[in-house]
Amino acid sequence: MTPAPMGQRSRVLDMTRVTKTFNGDVVALRDMDLSVNSGDFISLLGPSGCGKSTALRLIAGLSNTSAGRITWAGGQSENDLGVVFQEPTLMPWATVAQNVWLPFRLKGQSYASVKDEILEALRLVGLENFLESYPRELSGGMKMRVSIARAMVTKPRLILMDEPFAALDEITRFRLNNDLLTLKARIGCTVIFVTHSVFESVFLSDRIVVMAARPGRVIREVHVDAPYPRSEEFRTSAEYAALCREASDALREAMGEIA
Amino acid sequence: MSIAENQSRISESQPLYDADDLKRLRAARFERFGRWLLPVVVLIAAIWLWDRIVVWNEIPHFILPRPGLVMQTLISDWPMLFSALMITLQITMMALAVAVIGGVGLAVLFTQSRLVEMSFYPYAVIMQVTPVVAIAPLIFIYVDSRTAGLLLCAWLVAFFPVLANTTLGLNSADHNLRDLFRIYGASRWQTLRYLRLPSALPYFLGGLRIAGGLALIGAVVAEYVAGTGGHGSGLAFRILEAGYRLNIPRMFAALILIAVTGVIIFAGLSFLSHMLLRKWHESAVKRET
Repeated sequence: MTPAPMGQRSRVLDMTRVTKTFNGDVVALRDMDLSVNSGDFISLLGPSGCGKSTALRLIAGLSNTSAGRITWAGGQSENDLGVVFQEPTLMPWATVAQNVWLPFRLKGQSYASVKDEILEALRLVGLENFLESYPRELSGGMKMRVSIARAMVTKPRLILMDEPFAALDEITRFRLNNDLLTLKARIGCTVIFVTHSVFESVFLSDRIVVMAARPGRVIREVHVDAPYPRSEEFRTSAEYAALCREASDALREAMGEIA
Repeated sequence: MSIAENQSRISESQPLYDADDLKRLRAARFERFGRWLLPVVVLIAAIWLWDRIVVWNEIPHFILPRPGLVMQTLISDWPMLFSALMITLQITMMALAVAVIGGVGLAVLFTQSRLVEMSFYPYAVIMQVTPVVAIAPLIFIYVDSRTAGLLLCAWLVAFFPVLANTTLGLNSADHNLRDLFRIYGASRWQTLRYLRLPSALPYFLGGLRIAGGLALIGAVVAEYVAGTGGHGSGLAFRILEAGYRLNIPRMFAALILIAVTGVIIFAGLSFLSHMLLRKWHESAVKRET
């Protein structure tokens, strides 16, 4: 499924001049504006301490804004969010199927009533044969796939991913990047993706929001107009290299190397 | 035939163990048998040495009986010792059950309300650090029922490890999972049931294993105190009674029963722990290393 042109997509979320301070004086995020449309794949790219994860926590409602506002189009409902953390964050005492069942279970839905959705989510991440496995029996990449399946099983309006592949090896990371785009194409989800990697952000996103630290703020937005689906050919194209260069320059600016 | 082809044929036809594999296999075999065999060898050697010391030094049986005489006494006094064991065991099990209910219940309350934790935790510590032998005489003055007094003493000793470990476990749930539960709008009850309690299970079971032994110790100590007041007919009272009559073999026989009971309680609780954790927890999962 190719995303609709920007103008036709419905609005999901607006962040307006969002500021977050800790202990009254440490400014983690200052005046952040961000509009998220249905089908967007937005990467938040920046050095450590630039407020990327803080922005995700604010959107997730885990933290309150100190100033500004976050507005969900049409109001926020129970099924709005799916989250993938840097670690797979699975319940070690529960099987793969039980882990993916969690969002439904917390809404009081029995396993039998949502079994098809769970199977479909696990099929999409290629783990349909591991329903009864425990997390300890899976590799790091497989655990992360379970985490992704759990985030998308309820078909949320927005999936937040906080450096989900940072702890994985390069080969697994490449593979999961490809798989994530395949998933996005199949279910048409909207994603905000936090990363430190320029290459990953260019490959995955249609918008890269580059952020600087102290105080955390948005300094530039890089648009990646390359159409989806993106394959290995895109990774080796001149267009990809040019976009990586542009994002790298923005990142260097964010780190203060360019005045 | 090339070396590579030759190696390929070997690996297809039979397992190929290198020096490290063989060393590991030997260590695993030694571990498997040694775990059971070595304590048995030590026990047999100790019993033999005990017997020889009595014979060589011609020690009278009312000072130190030979192991054979202790075994004879155990058999001949079995009806009396067994009924005493049952009473001690009954107090131990009841104290353990109340310690589990009270310890887990209070730990859950502590994690649900910081106010409750701040108010009561210091008193739980005070109860733990005050020796039960110092409290027991007072308990038997104020509590009319002998069973209730014994139970209270044993509970006082067994309760704290369950409380402390379970509280620690309930507070050790993965913070990302806690965030995830919040994002999915989980209620307090759901977070407790689906996240905090399973997270606390290994900690609770660790506390339970300690509490099992302590409940027995608490019951025995309480029986000693109650016994001096003329109450009680558990194993500790039988040891006291035998001591007054210089029936040293019976003292040893009762002591052996207490020790064996303690080992059985520990082994039973370890087995329970293994069964509950074997599928997912590092402490119970066998790894090929």
